[in-house]
Amino acid sequence: MSDAPPPDTKRSLRYAVLVGIGLMAAIDEIVFHQLLQWHHFFDRATPGIGIVSDGLLHAVELLALIAGGFLLADLARRQRLARPWVWAGIALGMGGFQLFDGLVNHKLLRIHQIRYDVDLLVYDLTWNGFAVALLVLGVALVQRARTYDRTSSSRHGPAQGEHAGPQDR
Amino acid sequence: MVALVLVGVLTVAYLWAAYGQRRRWSHLHTWAFLAGSGVLILALSPPVAHWAHHDLRGHMVQHLAIGMLVSLAWVLAAPMTLLLRQLPTPYARRVVAWLQSAPVRVIAHPCVTLLLNIGGMYLLYLTPLFVATQHSPILHHWLHFHFLVAGYLFCWSILAAPDATPHRVSRRLRLGVLTLSIAAHGVLGKLMYGYGWPRGTSHSLEDIQAAAQLMYYGGDLAEALLAIALFSLWYRRSGRRRAGFATRGVHEKMPIHHPARH
Repeated sequence: MSDAPPPDTKRSLRYAVLVGIGLMAAIDEIVFHQLLQWHHFFDRATPGIGIVSDGLLHAVELLALIAGGFLLADLARRQRLARPWVWAGIALGMGGFQLFDGLVNHKLLRIHQIRYDVDLLVYDLTWNGFAVALLVLGVALVQRARTYDRTSSSRHGPAQGEHAGPQDR
Repeated sequence: MVALVLVGVLTVAYLWAAYGQRRRWSHLHTWAFLAGSGVLILALSPPVAHWAHHDLRGHMVQHLAIGMLVSLAWVLAAPMTLLLRQLPTPYARRVVAWLQSAPVRVIAHPCVTLLLNIGGMYLLYLTPLFVATQHSPILHHWLHFHFLVAGYLFCWSILAAPDATPHRVSRRLRLGVLTLSIAAHGVLGKLMYGYGWPRGTSHSLEDIQAAAQLMYYGGDLAEALLAIALFSLWYRRSGRRRAGFATRGVHEKMPIHHPARH
């Protein structure tokens, strides 16, 4: 396809953020709820608003993962997927969700804590520190994607459509 | 037993109609219907019914199977489209008119089906109604029937496909309703777990909590399947639309089922 459109960086990033949010939520559910069983499924200390907002958040996460996946697949099908931006988006989505979970869900809404009968401070710091690390990684990947776009467009010059291969497979 | 025979009759009727089609009827529809019937027969079979009667977890599995899996599969089977194709034109017209009538429009609206489906579950599990269904056979059968019909209407109103719905509700609103449904399902599971509902049964708190968790995760799985169905229908349709622009006629063999739209 010589007249392939250029990769859609904005959508690639946006949809990948959705997938990142859903992925982190799924990891949280599988690792901390199911495997380690650190989190409580539900404790009566949870305020009513906490249960409802947790339910809504959970619904949004689930749909984000599915919607993001299909939207990315659609971009790929149209050969408009910008790979570097996808990785950046996934890292940003994961980090953003992890930080939100650590600050709002655990601390503000008090839905549940990371672990019980332990000194929480260490856990909270690790949890949120990991989130910040993921966000920093995301920002670094955004920088890398920007450089990639710049070099690939300067390398190929104005004939944008010619290089559809390497970038969006 | 009557229910099992009824499912058998419906399935045979569907197969008979599907194979009698002059225009090609997608095997995916047929398989979806068969899968739905299979799960329904399994869920109503004596061993499962017995399990459901004395174990709350069994009841939950039965409920999830009938209310979510069977109804989703049957919606994906496009039975209305098949029925309309099968009926002689005057009757088909009458059915289309009925589908467009005010009561059907109301009852097939996503907001109403959400209330029927999830609202019915809140009413059942968080009130003494559940105990009542355990003592009255009529209520008990009605319960299964309600799960199936409410689940079917809900899946249909959210997907708005492959059978056309009587109204055009935007995908955004349908996604919003689906979000509320997933949230409400999860919240109900947590309320049952935390506060020991349904109360007044012979089940222990551990049983109730196990059943509530089953509802939570099983409900998630079922709603995720519904969301996947919704997005894959969108994915297929948008691909077909785009392909239609490029190479007209290539996808002619995939029928689009919107007889009631016009």
